[in-house]
Amino acid sequence: MSQTLSTSTLLAVPLAPLVGAIGAGILGTKFGGNMLGRRASHTLAILGVLVAFILSAVTLKSVVADGASFNETVYTWMVVGGLKMEVGFMVDGLTAMMMCVVTFVSLMVHIYTIGYMEEDEGYNRFFAYISLFTFSMLMLVMSNNMLQLFFGWEAVGLVSYLLIGFWFNKPSAIFANMKAFLVNRVGDFGFILGIGLLAAYTGTLNYSETFAQATSLSSIMLPGTNWMLISVICICLFIGAMGKSAQFPLHVWLPDSMEGPTPISALIHAATMVTAGIFMVARMSPLFELSETALNFVLIIGGITALFMGFLGIIQNDIKRVVAYSTLSQLGYMTVALGASAYSVAVFHLMTHAFFKALLFLAAGSVIMGVHHNQDIRWMGGLRKYMPITWITSLVGSLALIGTPFFSGFYSKDEIIMAVHNSTLPAAGFAYFAVMAGVFVTAFYSFRLYFLVFHGKERFDQNPDAHRGHGHGDHGAVHKPHESPWVVTVPLVMLAIPSVLIGYMTIGPMLFGEFFNSAIFVNPEIHKAMEFLREEFHGPVQLALHGFLSAPFWLALSGVALSYYMYMVNPALPAAIQRMFKPVHTLLENKYYMDWFNENVLAPAARGLGVVLWKGGDQAVIDGAVVNGSWRIVGWVSGAVRKVQTGYLYDYALTMVLGVFVFMTYFVWLK
Amino acid sequence: MTLTLGHFLSLGAMLFALSVGGIFLNRKNLIVLLMAIELMLLAVNTNFVAFSHYLGDLHGQIFVFFILTVAAAESAIGLAILVLLFRNKSNINVDELDSLKG
Repeated sequence: MSQTLSTSTLLAVPLAPLVGAIGAGILGTKFGGNMLGRRASHTLAILGVLVAFILSAVTLKSVVADGASFNETVYTWMVVGGLKMEVGFMVDGLTAMMMCVVTFVSLMVHIYTIGYMEEDEGYNRFFAYISLFTFSMLMLVMSNNMLQLFFGWEAVGLVSYLLIGFWFNKPSAIFANMKAFLVNRVGDFGFILGIGLLAAYTGTLNYSETFAQATSLSSIMLPGTNWMLISVICICLFIGAMGKSAQFPLHVWLPDSMEGPTPISALIHAATMVTAGIFMVARMSPLFELSETALNFVLIIGGITALFMGFLGIIQNDIKRVVAYSTLSQLGYMTVALGASAYSVAVFHLMTHAFFKALLFLAAGSVIMGVHHNQDIRWMGGLRKYMPITWITSLVGSLALIGTPFFSGFYSKDEIIMAVHNSTLPAAGFAYFAVMAGVFVTAFYSFRLYFLVFHGKERFDQNPDAHRGHGHGDHGAVHKPHESPWVVTVPLVMLAIPSVLIGYMTIGPMLFGEFFNSAIFVNPEIHKAMEFLREEFHGPVQLALHGFLSAPFWLALSGVALSYYMYMVNPALPAAIQRMFKPVHTLLENKYYMDWFNENVLAPAARGLGVVLWKGGDQAVIDGAVVNGSWRIVGWVSGAVRKVQTGYLYDYALTMVLGVFVFMTYFVWLK
Repeated sequence: MTLTLGHFLSLGAMLFALSVGGIFLNRKNLIVLLMAIELMLLAVNTNFVAFSHYLGDLHGQIFVFFILTVAAAESAIGLAILVLLFRNKSNINVDELDSLKG
């Protein structure tokens, strides 16, 4: 708390990637006359992110080592009434950690992109987008007020939209980015309502000023109802988080977002942007702590997402979609942790997940490159021999994902399960069941993917529709998979290291130390989950050893064993089960008919409402009554009045004389 | 029988009524209309002079000179407009001059 950070350093963190984005996006494309070539563009973009990463690391170091903090306004954009709209930074443990995760994963993805997008025409444009994304995400996490948070929130949404539709010639990509944009609008609507309510009742957008008034907010009811204001605000804010972090029922956009290039699936749709909702709720912990209702809501939504999205991962055959459903499920875990008031655990899982999920996505991208842009795992298999580095790193990522003791995912996921177990909220029982069952499901689909891709019979020459739509020069009819270039494998290795170690190294300070003390507020009298965790924690090694004996480990192990049996020992079994449980399979195949529901019920209903408002409100009332009505009335009145203008002199004279008489009568006799 | 103020005011009122009637009843010639207006001004003048004499105040008679001047200028302009009107429309029939009709 003693030392402060310098404004210029903090400003440089988001601005460096912005410079990269502008350089690659304007000078490197036809807007700037293609002044920068491919090499210059990617060098500029990577340098920008590298600078941001180094400065973030320095910031993290001074926050951890010297207890530095920062909370100042850098620029006042405008003042409306008493409401100040500002740009400012708030740096504490939470922010510093997010900055490092964002810039590190972004840096890895930038390097990886050199290899992955090598053959793409939009190479410079892609670098501009991911640098712009890094800028937006940093603005989001470093903000000290709601307005800047919202700016970052919308900016990452915009970049996500641009990147999902990166291959804009593909109709499915355009459909997917429109879907992502529309679903996020629903969430953002709730989010901005929450911000608006907060601003209306506290008169400020600044975090610390808002939190200072949190207690007084908790006694107010929403006018005209008997709803607690704080619950309404929190649920509105959480609806925003549901959109961005793809929680049920606003999750539908995330699987489709896999239409974009794989590096952005890793960066945006797994590691960073989708965790913005989790980050936001953790940041708003002083508000959420005051509302039991909102926390129960969060728990239920998180539980549903964690379990039911996991089921969908089981039947997917697209390598990226399996990982996408796993991301949904893991986001559900984080949400459950938030609901259990274990905000630091949620953020801890956010961090470990960012590393291992980015790793899994990048590895999936590497596999896709290796097998010449085939994404269907039924036509892979046996890739272990051909792609050793990808194989090892994928194994590491999968082990971390399913929560193998000593891997990073174990620490975070185990703590989440324990936190929910110890939560006293009514919804905790359901959430506990969901996350426990989720462990089994996660292990099953992760290793299904792993076995189908890297082990078993080689099936990559049997793909019936190989090379459809991908002009790859004059390759032969059957080609062996190949390992990816070093720009792809180095980021895999760099991400594999924290995927293994980061949990072991940081669980002590992050969950039970002072690291998040100034950032995250937990009311210890009501929400005792963190207290229980602290009592039971005796260092990472004991926790991991104890983990071997706990239920989640055995659930995960049985999930792995089952997938081994079904896909390695007895490959005919899945098809048989599929036939046996036809209705269940159909239900999962159609993703619980959510898309069907949205497209055939919600969208027509919304369009119907739109037509009613258009025909009734716009055309009848506004155009008909107000606009056309006013000219009709004027026309009718003037039609009557114009009769007075006869054009004959004597009529005018008569009027004048009569007027004189009237006035004289009034002034002489009546007055 | 002496002439009192009332006689002069009655004369003014009669002249005024005559001219108003002239304006309303005349549907034919625009010149008659101008003459009626002149007559109306003369009625006012008569009133001015009568009051001036009665009150012993010369201001009223001075005002009469102004009104006569204005009336002369006005009939000059009125006749000039009339000439132009006749050149354009070949007609000074009041009943047919209705181009301002709404």
